[in-house]
Amino acid sequence: MALRSTDILTLTSQGLYCPLGDFHIDPVRPVQRALITHGHSDHARAGHKSVLATRETLLIMGERYGEGFAGTTQAAVLREDIRIKDVTVRFSPAGHVLGSAQIVLEAGGTRIVVSGDYKREQDPTCLPYEVVPCDVFITEATFGLPVFRHPDARSEVRKLLNSVALFPERTHIVGAYALGKAQRVIGMLREEGYGEPIYLHGAMESLTDLYKSEGIPLGDTPKVGSADRAQFAGAIVICPPTSIQDLWSRRFPDPVTCFASGWMRVRARARQRGVELPLVISDHADWDDLCRTIIETGAGEVWVTHGQEDALVHWCRPHGIAARPLHMLGYGDEAEEAEGAAA
Amino acid sequence: MNRFAALLDRLVYEPGRNAKLRLMTDYFRHTPDPDRGYALAALTNALMFKEAKPGLIRGLVEERTDPVLFRMSYHYVGDLAETAALIWPTPHVSSPQVGGEALLGHNNPPSVPTIAEVVEALATTGKSELPARVASWLDALDETGRWALLKLITRELRVGVSARLAKTAVAQLGQIEPDEIELIWHGLEPPYENLFAWVEGRADKPESGNPAPFRPPMLAHPLEDEDMAKLNAADFVGEWKWDGIRLQAVAGISDHGLPARRIYSRTGEDVSAAFPDLVEALDFEAAIDGELLIVRNGRVQSFNVLQQRLNRKAVTAKLMSEFPAHLRVYDILTECDEDLRDLPFMQRRERLETLVARLNHPRIDLSPMVPFASWDDLAAARSDPAFVGAGLDADAIEGCMIKRADSPYLPGRPKGYWYKWKRDPYLVDAVMMYGQRGHGKRSSFYSDYTFGVWRDGPEGEELVPVGKAYHGFTDEELMKLDRYVRNHTVNHFGPVREVEYGKDRGLVLEVAFEGLQRSTRHKSGVAMRFPRINRIRWDKPPAEADRIETLEKILARGEKEIHPLKGQRTEGRQS
Repeated sequence: MALRSTDILTLTSQGLYCPLGDFHIDPVRPVQRALITHGHSDHARAGHKSVLATRETLLIMGERYGEGFAGTTQAAVLREDIRIKDVTVRFSPAGHVLGSAQIVLEAGGTRIVVSGDYKREQDPTCLPYEVVPCDVFITEATFGLPVFRHPDARSEVRKLLNSVALFPERTHIVGAYALGKAQRVIGMLREEGYGEPIYLHGAMESLTDLYKSEGIPLGDTPKVGSADRAQFAGAIVICPPTSIQDLWSRRFPDPVTCFASGWMRVRARARQRGVELPLVISDHADWDDLCRTIIETGAGEVWVTHGQEDALVHWCRPHGIAARPLHMLGYGDEAEEAEGAAA
Repeated sequence: MNRFAALLDRLVYEPGRNAKLRLMTDYFRHTPDPDRGYALAALTNALMFKEAKPGLIRGLVEERTDPVLFRMSYHYVGDLAETAALIWPTPHVSSPQVGGEALLGHNNPPSVPTIAEVVEALATTGKSELPARVASWLDALDETGRWALLKLITRELRVGVSARLAKTAVAQLGQIEPDEIELIWHGLEPPYENLFAWVEGRADKPESGNPAPFRPPMLAHPLEDEDMAKLNAADFVGEWKWDGIRLQAVAGISDHGLPARRIYSRTGEDVSAAFPDLVEALDFEAAIDGELLIVRNGRVQSFNVLQQRLNRKAVTAKLMSEFPAHLRVYDILTECDEDLRDLPFMQRRERLETLVARLNHPRIDLSPMVPFASWDDLAAARSDPAFVGAGLDADAIEGCMIKRADSPYLPGRPKGYWYKWKRDPYLVDAVMMYGQRGHGKRSSFYSDYTFGVWRDGPEGEELVPVGKAYHGFTDEELMKLDRYVRNHTVNHFGPVREVEYGKDRGLVLEVAFEGLQRSTRHKSGVAMRFPRINRIRWDKPPAEADRIETLEKILARGEKEIHPLKGQRTEGRQS
C-alpha cells in the first residue's frame, strides 16, 4: 500500500522535512542534513551540518558564504537516484537559475516533487525545466495571480535596446538580482546581438565570473569601479535593485532607471521604485505556466508554498486537484521584501 | 487610442513636471484633431459623457474570468482598471486569412478604436449597449490600451497630471501664457479645435464666451515649527482658518449685456447649480475668494452640518432653508475690468471691504482679521478663538491663516506668502492590530493600519480597535511598517493581515487626530476624526499604550461639539 504523502514530507518550523530520510529541504534555520534546490539566499542558507545540492548550487553557496558554509557537502548528479535511508531522492532541472533543481522524493510507491522556484521560459544561462510526473507536486506561487502573465522576455530585452538606441546620450541602469537575473539579462542581450561591453556593479561581479567559468557566454562585462562616469553615455549598466535609486546611480550621465522583474507587470510597483523603464523579465513561472505545470505533472495533490497561495489553491479545486496552502515563513514572503533573492 | 495609451503609460512613470510637459506637448504636436482635443479633455476632466461605473467593468471581467481570482487580483493590484486590463483574457484571433481577406463566416478581428471614436460612442451609446461596446474595445486593444481605455471611460486617469499642467502643455505649443488659456477655458468645448488653431497661430483667439471665468486660487503652506523663527510677525496679518469649502465667486456682464454669475470650486469646477441661494447674492462685478459655510441664526455651523448640503442630487427649497449657504470672503481678484492680483494683500483687503459693505447682503460677509503683535499673541488666539472675538463661530475654526501684508495673489502654492496654522491635534498611543494593503501609489504595501487601545474585557484587559490610519508616515517609514506587518502576521483575511498584539508584543503607534465622536458603528463606541500616524513608537511596550478612558475623557470634555466627525475630507477647504 502506498504511503500517505505526509509520511514522506511534513512541515516543521525549519521548513519542509522528510521523516523517512531525516533531512530538510531548503530549511530556513541550520539543520543536520539539508537538501538545497538552488542558490538564492532564502533557500540556501549557511550553517547546515551537511548539504546535498547540485554541483553548481554548491559552487554558488561557496561563492556567497565562503568555503566553510556547511560541515560536509555532496554534489547531486541530475536525474540520478540517491538513496537516503528509506527514501529515494533525485534532482531534476527547474529552469530557475544556474544549478536550480526540483527535488523528487519516492517511497512506498508515492512520488513527491518539490519544485523549488521554477520557470518554463527559455533562459540561456540554465537548463530548461523538466516535467516530472508525480502524485504530489509542491509548487511555488510567487506570481500566483492571473494578472501575472509575463510577456516574451525577448521582447522586453528589445524594449531595452530600443531605448538605448533612442537615448544614446543616457546611461541605462538595469536593476537585476545578482544571482540569475543579472546573468540572464546579459545573456539575452548577447542573443539579441548586443556586442558592447555591459558594465557591472561590484556586487554582480563574482557570480557573473562564476557563470562564465561554467561556460556560459556573457561577453565583455567590465566592472564600473571608479571609472570616469562620463564614458558611460549610451552604455548598459547592471546593478542590484537596491542600487537603482542610490547615490551610486546618480553618478551616471542622465540615467534611465530600468528594473528587470516580474513585479514590473504592475504599474504601481514600478512607480513605487521610481522605475522609468520597467522590464517584465522573471525567473518564476507566471500564472499560465503555474497552472499548465500543475496539469502536466498529473499530480492529484498540490501543496502551494511561498507567494499567492490562496489563488492557486482556489484554481486547483475545480480542476479536481486537492490543494492546500503551506504558509511557510522565511521565504520571500510574497517575495516583495526578499526580492534580493528572487523574482 | 494607442497613441493616447502610450502617452498615459509614459506619464505614469514620469516623475518630473518638465518631462511630463514635454511628453504632453509632444503628443499634442503630433496628434491630429480631433483626437488630441479629446485627449486634452480627458486630461482636464472636461469630457461630458457619463462615466462608466466600476460595476460595469467588474461585471464584464467576471463574465470572462473566475470572480474569486479577480477579487484576489484586485486586492493585490489595488487599481480596478489595471487589474481588469491585466486579467482580461486576450481573444485568440485566428480567423483564417486568404489573400489578406478574412473568410466569409468569420468575424473580422475587432479594430482598435481612436479616442475620438470612443468618446463619441460613449456620448451616444445607450446604457444597455454599453457593456458590449466596451467589451469589444477591450478585445481589440493590448494591455496598455485596455488600461488606458478603462481609465478614460471611468474618468479616473490619475497619471499625475493636473488640468493646469495639461493646459500649460497646450500653451507651450505656441508662445502663450497658461493663464490666457485659463481665462477663455470655460467658453471652450472638446475637441478644442479653435484653441489648438489659435495656439498654433492659425486662427484668432477664441472668444472667452464666459464673462465670469475661473482664476486659479492662491494656496497656503502649512506652517512648520522652524518657519516661526524665520518670519517677522510685523510683516504678516492673521485671519481665522474656516472649516468650510473654498470657493471662488465670480460675476460679470456678458457681451450681450446679460449678467453672468458663477461659483467655482478650488479646482475650477463650476458648482453654481448646487448653490442657487448663493448665486442670487452675487450682485457685483468681481471675482472674490472665500469659504462656503452654513450659517443658521447668525452662527456658523460645523463641517458635518455643511456636508449635508454637499453632493446632493436635487437642491430643494427645503435643503436650502435647512442648510443656508453662506460665503465668508477673504480676498478679491478682479473688480470690473481691473485685475487686482498684483496689488498687495492689504490694498486688496480694502477693496474687498468696500465691496462687501456696498453689497450689504446677509449671505456674504467678511472673514475678520485676527490682530496680533507677536507670534505668541497669535498662538493664544489659535488655542482659544472664542476668547479673541470669534464667539460662537469658534466651532467652525480650525486654526489661523497667516498672510504677508504685501503678498500679491499668485496662482498655485507660492512659497513665503501664505501659511496655514492648524490647531494642535489630540494624541493617543495605540497598538497596531491589523494592516491592510493600500491602493494607488501604495498598492500592495500594507499601508492602512487599524489600531486599538486597552479596555477591561471579560478575560482581563483587551485591545479594542478605535480607528484606522493610512498616512502621517514617510515613505521610508512605510517600508518599515510594511515589513513589520509581514513579519508579524498571525492571520490573513483577504487583503487584511492581523498582526500579533498583546501586553508584551506588538507595535505602539502614536496617533494624532482632530476630534472624537460617539459612534454606534465602531466596537469601541468612538470614531476619530482625521486620524494619522504621528510617530511610530518602536521603543514603547504595548502594555503602556493608552486606555479607552483617555478617549472617553476627551468626549466628556465636550470636544465633540467643537470638533464633530467629518467623514471624508475633501480637497475643497481653504488651504
